Amino acid sequence: MNDAPDLSRGPSTHGAGVAAAVNAGAPCRPAAAWLAGAAALLAVLAVAFATGKFPVAPADLLRALVARLSGSESGLPEAVETVIWNIRLPRVAAGVVVGAVLAAAGAAYQGMFRNPLVSPDILGVSAGAGLGATLGIYLGLPLIFVQVVAFGGGIIAVAIVYRLASLVRRHDPVLVLVLAGVALGALLGAGISLVKILSDPYTQLPTITFWLLGGLNQVISRDLATTAPAMLAGLLPMALLRWRINLLGLADEEAAALGVDVGRLRLVLVTAATLSTAAAVSLAGIVGWVGLVVPHVARLLVGPDFTRLLPASLMLGAGFLVATDTLARTIAPIELPLGILTAVVGAPFFLWLLARTGRPA
Amino acid sequence: MKRRDLLRALAIAPWLALVPAGARAKAGVGSTIAAAYGTLPPPQAIRRVFAAGAPASVLLSVLAPEKLIGWPFKVSEEARAWLAPVVRALPQVGRLAGRGSTASNEALLQMKPDVILDVGTVDATYLSAMQRVAEQTGLPCLLVQGRMADHPAQLREVGRLLGVAARGERLAAWAEETLALAERARNEVPPGARPRVYYGRGGDGLETGLDGSINMEAIEIAGGRNVAAESGRGGLTKVSPEQILAWDPEVIVTQDREFARGVLADPLWRPVAAVRARRVHLAPSLPFGWLDGPPGVNRLVGVRWLIERLHPGRAGGEAALQTAARDFYRLFYGMEPDGAGLSAMIGGPA
Repeated sequence: MNDAPDLSRGPSTHGAGVAAAVNAGAPCRPAAAWLAGAAALLAVLAVAFATGKFPVAPADLLRALVARLSGSESGLPEAVETVIWNIRLPRVAAGVVVGAVLAAAGAAYQGMFRNPLVSPDILGVSAGAGLGATLGIYLGLPLIFVQVVAFGGGIIAVAIVYRLASLVRRHDPVLVLVLAGVALGALLGAGISLVKILSDPYTQLPTITFWLLGGLNQVISRDLATTAPAMLAGLLPMALLRWRINLLGLADEEAAALGVDVGRLRLVLVTAATLSTAAAVSLAGIVGWVGLVVPHVARLLVGPDFTRLLPASLMLGAGFLVATDTLARTIAPIELPLGILTAVVGAPFFLWLLARTGRPA
Repeated sequence: MKRRDLLRALAIAPWLALVPAGARAKAGVGSTIAAAYGTLPPPQAIRRVFAAGAPASVLLSVLAPEKLIGWPFKVSEEARAWLAPVVRALPQVGRLAGRGSTASNEALLQMKPDVILDVGTVDATYLSAMQRVAEQTGLPCLLVQGRMADHPAQLREVGRLLGVAARGERLAAWAEETLALAERARNEVPPGARPRVYYGRGGDGLETGLDGSINMEAIEIAGGRNVAAESGRGGLTKVSPEQILAWDPEVIVTQDREFARGVLADPLWRPVAAVRARRVHLAPSLPFGWLDGPPGVNRLVGVRWLIERLHPGRAGGEAALQTAARDFYRLFYGMEPDGAGLSAMIGGPA
């Protein structure tokens, strides 16, 4: 689970001067609102745990939980135990971490690139991971290597983008970075399409398609154990540098005048976001929309100050993805791809929120 | 009003152009020939045939291997070892599949085929795409229905059109015998008593086919009940392990070695009835899949295998299965399988 920083702390702790400047007019939320948010997240997790294709009675769920906590035997059939601990627990946990990580990376990127249309895959991490996974499936690699290649592909893609952008010195570095990311992303996307057309349409192509649509249905605890450390490691710098990230919203010269090494801060953030996003994508495939829109929703709720935006994004991202995944596995007789559902659920919700908060009070 | 009529006319015009040509398509009753565009040359004049897709190339390679120009898909080295010498070395020449084509019309003309053959589930999009190819290249196109029940008629009719009627007849007889064996199994085992089967695809085994999916045909025909049919009709889908535990299939079949190797030891799958009873079966996939991939006549041998795996003894036992498989490879692929290799590939009952 995410131990979101600043949950209990009020809005005006350290860095308050700058934060208040960036943050003029943002709604001021008391600690009670955070507690309500945390309670809502817990409720979503509880519902996610209690629903699924395999019928588990709430009483059995409680019994299994009590037995696990007290270390005694639950006396439940093995299938029920397996469903609760080996299937739902990793799946819900993966939803929490992936959602939190994508939303946090999106929030950091939107602040850093001073652009509301930016998502964590702007520098090509999803396209790189997608090409890696697609190639892995095409070459018939075992699943674990497909995951490794996807992770590596994401990291390498961003490294190339960053290196290319640093070679261009005559333009605004942020703009160059984004444009290089868009260009390489398009190139890698073409690579994915090429591999798709070369792959066997009866065996490999469906696997590739399902991978690219994203999903948590295949997550087992081993996958989580290998990817969660990378995801959390990426979150750490964001949490530690949370108030400095606010300064990246200023022009580079102004931020530098305030004593920030803008280039280095940007590199640290790109590395952190890439590490966590690549790990998230290698685990869940390409799940769009979370990193783009959850930060906006968070901003509508708590304002643009990153010290509050980060924990809000973490919680909302986790809640949103777990809720969407619960829908993905329950609303239809078949499992719906997560990447499709995040858009179908997220877009109308976002528009509704936009219309509602835009209205004069 | 006038402007709207004009717009409507403009929108319809391209479709009207299709109609007169479409009228040339002929489909006889009970025939597997779905359509033919252009004039087919007489059988003895057909020397080179371009297979538009994988099922068509398999059909050609078993009926008239010397007429196949090349493979529309990548045939692995491993698979080539199980093919007759005459088709083993053929190059990959691309496929025709509308926008998904990897063979261009120009490349097609350069290969100078006498006819283009396509086999598969034929719908209007497919028909019009092939019609366009026929119009652009001037090459005759033959479209054949490719469901499993069609295989005997398909082998017979295409054999006749290609001038290999006797060979087509022999292969069709084998196919008929196999389908009859399957029908007997279905007749003797009432629907309620048929084993509930999960077909796991992909390395994690979490892809499967819904009711009516062409990938699941062999299972239904061999007298198994597809557990995923409970989720409705459709094609391939992804499922969660939780869903599989809820279905609790009695038998698991797969064509994926990675999945088959891992599933028996995986704690996640341990509660599943099929795993507890160790009824997890890996279908051979060389040179082509026994269950699907591609969905062509290559699946006929898989039907025998499935009958024996789902209803032990009903296909005559393990020895009879071995013999049938050897006959199939000899008759269809024109190669003499090495006995040890074949039995290693088929594997035991569990």
